[in-house]
Amino acid sequence: MSKIEQKFIELEKKNEKALIPFITLGDPSPEFSLKIVRTLVDSGADIIELGIPFSDPIADGPTIQASSMRSLANGMTPDLAFNLVKEIRGFTNIPLVFLTYYNIVFQRGVNRFFHDCSECGIDGVIIPDLPVEEAALALEASRKTNVDLIFIVTPATSESRLSKILQVARGFVYVVSLFGVTGARKKLSEITLETLKKIKPYTKGKIPVSVGFGISKPEHVKELILAGADGAIVGSAIIDILAKNLKHEKVVIEKIGKYVQIMKKMTIRHW
Amino acid sequence: MKNTLRYYGKYPDEYGHYGEFGGKFAPEILIPALDELEQSFHENYSSEKFQAELINLYGDYAGRPTPLYFCERLSEKFGCKVYFKREDLVHGGAHKLNNTLGQALLATKMKKDRLIAETGAGQHGFATAIAGAKFGLTTEIFMGHKDVMRQKHNVYRMKLLGAKVIPVYSGDQTLKDAINEALRDWISNIHHTHYLIGSVVGPHPYPLIVREFQRVIGKEIKEQIMTKEGRLPDVILACIGGGSNAMGTFYEFIENDSTALIGIEAEGEGIATGKHGASLFAGTKGILHGALTYILQDEYGQIQESHSISAGLDYPGVGPEHVLLKEIGRLKVVAATDKEALEAIDLCCKTEGIIPALEPAHAIAHAAKISAEYDKDDIMVITLSGSGSKDLDILKQHMRLEE
Repeated sequence: MSKIEQKFIELEKKNEKALIPFITLGDPSPEFSLKIVRTLVDSGADIIELGIPFSDPIADGPTIQASSMRSLANGMTPDLAFNLVKEIRGFTNIPLVFLTYYNIVFQRGVNRFFHDCSECGIDGVIIPDLPVEEAALALEASRKTNVDLIFIVTPATSESRLSKILQVARGFVYVVSLFGVTGARKKLSEITLETLKKIKPYTKGKIPVSVGFGISKPEHVKELILAGADGAIVGSAIIDILAKNLKHEKVVIEKIGKYVQIMKKMTIRHW
Repeated sequence: MKNTLRYYGKYPDEYGHYGEFGGKFAPEILIPALDELEQSFHENYSSEKFQAELINLYGDYAGRPTPLYFCERLSEKFGCKVYFKREDLVHGGAHKLNNTLGQALLATKMKKDRLIAETGAGQHGFATAIAGAKFGLTTEIFMGHKDVMRQKHNVYRMKLLGAKVIPVYSGDQTLKDAINEALRDWISNIHHTHYLIGSVVGPHPYPLIVREFQRVIGKEIKEQIMTKEGRLPDVILACIGGGSNAMGTFYEFIENDSTALIGIEAEGEGIATGKHGASLFAGTKGILHGALTYILQDEYGQIQESHSISAGLDYPGVGPEHVLLKEIGRLKVVAATDKEALEAIDLCCKTEGIIPALEPAHAIAHAAKISAEYDKDDIMVITLSGSGSKDLDILKQHMRLEE
């Protein structure tokens, strides 16, 4: 069983679900993003998703696009990302997941990318533009290195596609909760809960399900967990805090810390 | 000469691959929409009713067949028989309408009531606006903010036809960013929207669909040259940005070994300067906009900005089937600079009385370079993919005329 799957079991025993924050490595600078990761860990993050920026992120809304651009403008590269993960491993043991687009993986060499992930302590990889039909190379590399290749399912995914995806999915299944790109939204859409209901019977007892896209408020987390989610992924809402306070490092750290604590609380079953 | 290459019917395979290229590198949320599009395309395209509607549109509305024109004075200059395939005479002033009419017709069959498209210079946006108006579909065109600023005439033409032009402020604010934004819009509105891609790029089935709607160019060339000359051309030249006019021109001739196929990319200010759009000629293997193809990128896979005086060739990727044709040795790929294209415009204007667009001017420039290799009975066909009337502002900046 992978380290990510173990984490979900461990949480289950404590009657908790997973809070999974996302940030882009290198935004606004490599050093500062390390401090943010430390804050996420200290504030209760269970798993952290780390973005390696790509110049053309087609599945991302304005917040994460801007974050990718800031990071690239400040000199971020995949090499630096692997080095930063080594530093992160100096202060935490929680599962870490890379999120990046396929061309970044492809240029490094698919095998080399997964090998480097395993060397520096990355536990899983999410590639939003790599559907299961094109994933043979990445799946093979993932099996060899024990780095989970995490797949996405959406409200549009049919039952037959879902079973094809579940045959190869590891770590957790990433449920994109709406028809749209990433970005904080005020309300969870009805389709989010419907999608979860549709997927749960197929995943129960096999693989954890985490929901992302549009989650920004504590009550969203509560609703998702009541509907059967094993984890909640929060990205744009955290990056919004960063983007609004770029020049004030202390404020960013304080606000993100508080926000993550509040969100984490909602994953603990005492309400 | 014997025809030895067996090509037709093999590409793309069922996953949309052209050899190792192409494919469907798209977010999961788009996969069902791409599958639906593929199924609907095959059903309709093979039906007689659809074909009859398409032929009618091409004829009465678009003005097809376009002439295959014998360039008498240019032939004298080049020392071989030169023909232009006059796609500049298609309604809208470019070959782009062949594809937008086909896809808009398909969209109505799929009961979609909204078209979205990307555009660089505005030619594809304009052709989509024409088709959208003709079929009564809501039409929204994504266009990089930089392009909106430098292509004001085309923006106005699109608006005049009732389309909404949405400026894109992300990334480099040019064509590739307009495609990104159109994809994001499609992700959010897949139920009632058809994304009308303008070239043989993007995830499967787009390279196939656009090829099929542009094949009419090559089919007509074949018939027309047989009537006029009784034999096939020795060489055919077409410019390549994404590659739709080139694919449409070349496809019918792939198994005719005796006809050389030459694609001309944008060399911009020179390959060595890095300011060019020559993805096939000078790019490397990578994934952009849903397909594995050749792209302009840095060592880490970040997409690089392309450059060309011609907006239609200013794109850091290229159609995956062109890559296959190049790799199997069937397509020769070369490049021409901004300066050479401008010189070719001057030549074409003064010898034939035709103002070509900057894109096919690259093909004419290369034809001039190689003309000495051909004898007086040899036949050369150049696809004149569009009219230069859209480029007057740019030409004015570069070609000073005496008062």
